[in-house]
Amino acid sequence: MNLDSYTVTRGSKSAKIAAILGLIVIVILITAPWWAGRADMRLLGELFLYLALASLWNLMAGYAGLVSVGQQAYVGFGGYMLFALTIFGGVNPVFAIALAGLLGAAIAVPVAALIFRLRGAYFAIGTWVMAEVFRLSFAQVGALGGGSGTSLPVGIVRSMADGRSAREALSYWLALGVATLVVAAVYLFLRSRKGLALTAIRDNELAAGSLGIDIFRTKFLVYIVTCAMTAMVGALIFLQKLRISPDAAFSVNDWTAFVIFIVVIGGIGTIEGPIIGTLIFFALRETLADLGTIYLMVLGLVAIVIMLKAPKGIWGLIKDRMNLQIFPLGYRVETPDENKGA
Amino acid sequence: MEWLNAVVQGTLLGGLYALFAAGLSLIFGVMRLVNIAHGDLIVMAAYLGLTATVVLGIHPLVALIVVIPAMAGIGYVLQRGILNRTLGDDLLPPLLVTFGLSVIIQNALLEGYTADPQKMNAGALETASLSVGGLSLGILPVLTFAVAVAVIAGLQWMFYHTALGRAFRAVSDNQDIAQLMGLNKRHIFGLAMALALAVTAIAGIFLGIRTSFDPSIGGGRLIFGFEAVIIGGLGNLWGTLAGGVILGVAQTVGAKIDPGWQVLSGHIAFLLILAVRPQGLFPRVSG
Repeated sequence: MNLDSYTVTRGSKSAKIAAILGLIVIVILITAPWWAGRADMRLLGELFLYLALASLWNLMAGYAGLVSVGQQAYVGFGGYMLFALTIFGGVNPVFAIALAGLLGAAIAVPVAALIFRLRGAYFAIGTWVMAEVFRLSFAQVGALGGGSGTSLPVGIVRSMADGRSAREALSYWLALGVATLVVAAVYLFLRSRKGLALTAIRDNELAAGSLGIDIFRTKFLVYIVTCAMTAMVGALIFLQKLRISPDAAFSVNDWTAFVIFIVVIGGIGTIEGPIIGTLIFFALRETLADLGTIYLMVLGLVAIVIMLKAPKGIWGLIKDRMNLQIFPLGYRVETPDENKGA
Repeated sequence: MEWLNAVVQGTLLGGLYALFAAGLSLIFGVMRLVNIAHGDLIVMAAYLGLTATVVLGIHPLVALIVVIPAMAGIGYVLQRGILNRTLGDDLLPPLLVTFGLSVIIQNALLEGYTADPQKMNAGALETASLSVGGLSLGILPVLTFAVAVAVIAGLQWMFYHTALGRAFRAVSDNQDIAQLMGLNKRHIFGLAMALALAVTAIAGIFLGIRTSFDPSIGGGRLIFGFEAVIIGGLGNLWGTLAGGVILGVAQTVGAKIDPGWQVLSGHIAFLLILAVRPQGLFPRVSG
């Protein structure tokens, strides 16, 4: 056996099969407005938005080591920007979602400049303080309903599309589009040069720094991009809800606790983890939601047990057992024997 | 005079915030752990106090005799049972596990006590006041502040003048060498958490006498305690008291300008200090 018979490859057979299956699933999901009921579409739309939030939080916490418990700041900010831009600026709602992302990036720069002064766990609580500052500030804006919030005027809602079912189909497609965009963006980013730097930082910050990676700049960039996309998701969330209030927009339970549980249960620091976590989260919710507070306690307990017993989450368990990968990021050496076996 | 009054009331309020913060500061100093469930534990102590006053028919301050040992016991078991397993180089496990704990405690309280706001009845103590130089000071805020000073002085004395304090400082400096010297760091961490939650018990009781509380307010208390710690500087207990006072004064002065600004102006004061002096006013250890 000589050296030539070894090959270095990024892809794998399982990844190719998964990619084809993934495309088929996406095509089927695109056609959902023609075959799914109203309630199912609503549920799927929500699922896509949680998948997007979870993938973004995972990029920050799992790869950049920026554990934030304050991403609700950007969800709420995006939502409020959608309302402000459409109500006062007369901007088209779909265009306002993109603008909300840009504004999210703009506000994230000064926020990051402040809270990046805090290290580790204190950074986490610092993000929470920022979210509270956002919540209390928006509660002071009388034009947006102050503490009790406001609804999206009927005229703006009607301007999106003709008729209720067309509007619901549009917001469903937007949710699916954002989720696909986020997962694809995270995947492509991690395969890029910057993504390699980020993975190096995750594995060993000291070693990465000594190899010439600008750690601060890389993390800063990840933070800004994540927050911009989170603001877009937030705008979309409140375009579906049609009503916004400070407590709903900046809820730590809805936009951070659930997202963290999704990522931890699915597998932090992997692209597949948030996908699996979202599916499990919604399956649990649909079956146990009647239990109310007990359901949340179960969720917290499951997250703690997973963090202590299987820190790589459910995807980590699957990957280790079956040597499976759906989103190939790293390179690996394949021996001729393995090729035959696979 | 009104402004002076706001500053004095804010200073006294700062005593309560220092009590929120002292436990956080202590466990960060000993084992570099930041407990996200800290605020929920404060609220839990308030509910334990409420239960004790209702069931035993005692005054809330007398209930401290029951609540302090109960919280200390919970702290020791929590640390040895769960939190010790999360300590290490990786930042994620302690953060995410205490975050999970926070959600569990909050919802357990919701299940057990409902979402209705509760308050402890401390009788005449709640309304009693004394007048000093034209200012009217509530006995309860003065007592809270005095207790905060006493707690911090006590912790400070314990840290530098007792065998337990020496053990705390030893594991804080270097866990492995402390272990080699015959200290069981798991036990020491357990004791540190027990002590921190004993302080939390005091904080919870004073919170519950001062204002009404419900299961959802834990996050806010964690944030106030955290801000006091960062403003004062990491690892400095007297600094934490100063941080609490600055936060309290910022809040009461903010509320004086516009009632809706109370909490927001506290956060803004914190962010200003973070911008100007990120290491806090009186730092002792580096984060």
